[in-house]
Amino acid sequence: MDLELTQEQLSFRAEVRAWLAENLTGRFESLKGRGGPGDEHYAVDLRMDWNRVMGAAGWNCIGWPKQHGGRAVPLMEEVIFNEEYVRAGGPGRIGHIGETLLGPTLIHFGSAAQQQKYLPGIVDGSEIWCQGYSEPNAGSDLANIQTTAELKDGKWVIHGQKIWTSLAPWADYCFVLCRTDKSAQKHKGISYLLVPMRQPGITIVPIEQITGGSEFAEVFFDGATTDEDNVVGAVNDGWRVAMGTLAFERGASTLAQQQQFQKEFDLVVAAAKRNGASKDPVLRQRIADAWIGLKIMRLNALRTLSVDSTELGREASFAKLYWSNWHRDFGELAMEVLGAESELALPPAEHGPYELTTLQKSFLFARSDTIYAGTNQIQRNIIGERALGLPREPR
Amino acid sequence: MEFRFTEDQNELRSQARRFLAAESTAAHVDKAMKTELGYDPDVWARVAGELGWPGLVIPEAYEGIGLGQLDLHPLLEEMGRHVFCAPFFSTVCLGANALLVAGTTAQKQAHLPAIAAGELTATLGYRGPSAPALAEGASAVTLVAEERAAGFTLTGDVSYVVDGHSAGLLIVAAWVGDESSGELGLFALPGDTAGLTRTYLPTMDQTRRLASLRFDGVQLDKDARLTGMEGGRALSVILDLAAVGLAAEQVGAAEACLDMAVEYAKVRQQFGRPIGSFQSIKHICADMLLKVECARSAAFYASAVAAQLMADMEGGKLTEQKGRELAEAASSAKAYCSDAFFHCAGQSIQVHGGIGFTWEHAAHLYFKRAQSSRALLGSAQHHRERVATLLGLGDEA
Repeated sequence: MDLELTQEQLSFRAEVRAWLAENLTGRFESLKGRGGPGDEHYAVDLRMDWNRVMGAAGWNCIGWPKQHGGRAVPLMEEVIFNEEYVRAGGPGRIGHIGETLLGPTLIHFGSAAQQQKYLPGIVDGSEIWCQGYSEPNAGSDLANIQTTAELKDGKWVIHGQKIWTSLAPWADYCFVLCRTDKSAQKHKGISYLLVPMRQPGITIVPIEQITGGSEFAEVFFDGATTDEDNVVGAVNDGWRVAMGTLAFERGASTLAQQQQFQKEFDLVVAAAKRNGASKDPVLRQRIADAWIGLKIMRLNALRTLSVDSTELGREASFAKLYWSNWHRDFGELAMEVLGAESELALPPAEHGPYELTTLQKSFLFARSDTIYAGTNQIQRNIIGERALGLPREPR
Repeated sequence: MEFRFTEDQNELRSQARRFLAAESTAAHVDKAMKTELGYDPDVWARVAGELGWPGLVIPEAYEGIGLGQLDLHPLLEEMGRHVFCAPFFSTVCLGANALLVAGTTAQKQAHLPAIAAGELTATLGYRGPSAPALAEGASAVTLVAEERAAGFTLTGDVSYVVDGHSAGLLIVAAWVGDESSGELGLFALPGDTAGLTRTYLPTMDQTRRLASLRFDGVQLDKDARLTGMEGGRALSVILDLAAVGLAAEQVGAAEACLDMAVEYAKVRQQFGRPIGSFQSIKHICADMLLKVECARSAAFYASAVAAQLMADMEGGKLTEQKGRELAEAASSAKAYCSDAFFHCAGQSIQVHGGIGFTWEHAAHLYFKRAQSSRALLGSAQHHRERVATLLGLGDEA
């Protein structure tokens, strides 16, 4: 059983499928299935070309309002687009931070001038954004950021350090949370600044991560500047804007993500059948359990999408906790199904010190799933306090 | 389809919650579970007379209300939530479903109107007391039906029959000839048939009655055999439908455990603050919520597939594909919901602390019910193994 699609939705699906079949070929063929989480630094230049091709055909930002360059398609069309994109093996979207985080924030909180200046580059795929939130001492406690911005001669002058910044070496801009009033309380006194990345005063140091790749970086600000009017929302009101950014995710990608996991799952089933692990009663149990868990991930998403309200219900509150745990457990299962073979990496390739198989990357990268974008522990606090109404911890 | 309950289904849920909040209180449950019958006949009469629940999924042609399995879902959730002691699950999810799946038109006509009216309770028995612990479905059957010119002679034992000591109509699975025949038959017989001995079995979970049935050369007419569908296939479909119903019940019960724990965590003070403000307690509750909602997704989907299958069957076009879809959905739901309910029932006791260990508090009812529910109709392990088989694991050389 699945969602029954209308005639318009079916023809939209056909349109997406046909366009991808026609365009995700030739020099883009090598991008298929690459560039997703754990692999975001793969073939960046070619993926930026692909992003521009997508933009020219009007496939970036399809959920955005028309006056901002989008197609204003309903949520279900966006879901369909993402599903088809994964089905076709479309590469990780290099512009996703601009499309899903910064763009909606500017549409909601930005000035007309900011919208006119920054949105077109996201829509046509020519400009890439990165996010400057986390700092070495501001992880789960994000409001503890120490990076400062001071207004001098019509420019913000920024000092400090951001970390875990995806795509920083390639990004044109960064949205940076800065402390602009040191005397204010923690959550006050923060401003949301738009900062050009290619300037003296910014140093980018890639972080070599558990997979051997470096899709994240540290970003050092040492007197970097941005124009005074590049503050989103009011000065010192950036916390509200930052929290807003996190709330814009409409859930359009959840089904596509489940499909991506299904592809990994199919690899494990194929391996189990090939190497005999499928006959082991304990592994059979765990493979079946993973399959059931994956089905439920899809069903949860369908339920969430069936809710009219723009307010996400409690069935959406645990989505992150659920998929990240599933994926982490699945990675461990994958290694156990592979047995001795799980140790063998691929011959060294162009990226990083070594090259891992898809399942090895998934196994290792999944350790970050339960940490980034709100750790499991933070997620459980949010569920406990917002969905269940349990009292906050005294601080 | 929309992946959510309809307005009508939500209304049914509200109605059920109102009724059960008044008629299935802790005191009611405590009283009912101490009787051998296991339920209050007066309340059951009202359930049938005022609410019409026994006839909910019975087609109008047989004097029922004619709704589908998905409409049953919110009702079963509420029954689970309130640990409702009644012969509903046995009569509807086992008995009526067996007749709907395997009965001929005449057999349906003979029993379904009385079930819909609440005049007749029913159940299904299939497991022999000597069957291996992990055997399920046909492989758990040990009863034998010897074919005679005039009908059948049933000999052997069936156990673990839900409400088997009180049901007016029994449907049992038996090997026709002997087990080696591979031919499974389903037979319907009145509870007071001569040669049948029914024994009430004391149970750890006192909110669900089990009984054993001894067949000592029980003579049945030819038309006692349900011949609307081949017996083995029919048993599999019936047990899947029942597992889906049980899964829905488990969801509601699991949610009750979550709600009790959360309410308690908000008011119980230790170290000068509500225990729910401690992350250790908060995170337990968050995990319970996740499991309850995931269980609901799995059970909702399974109910939807069951509804489609029953509609297809009424239209006379039950495909292999649909049967497989039900098997996958039912086993997934039963496996997940069994684990989820048990997890929530156990964690509810933990959050409650000492009071949760007492007979006085309702937590024990749910914990015992969680255990009996996961043992009934196949363990989570059994159902995961079935899913593994359906995924084609192990088929390769």
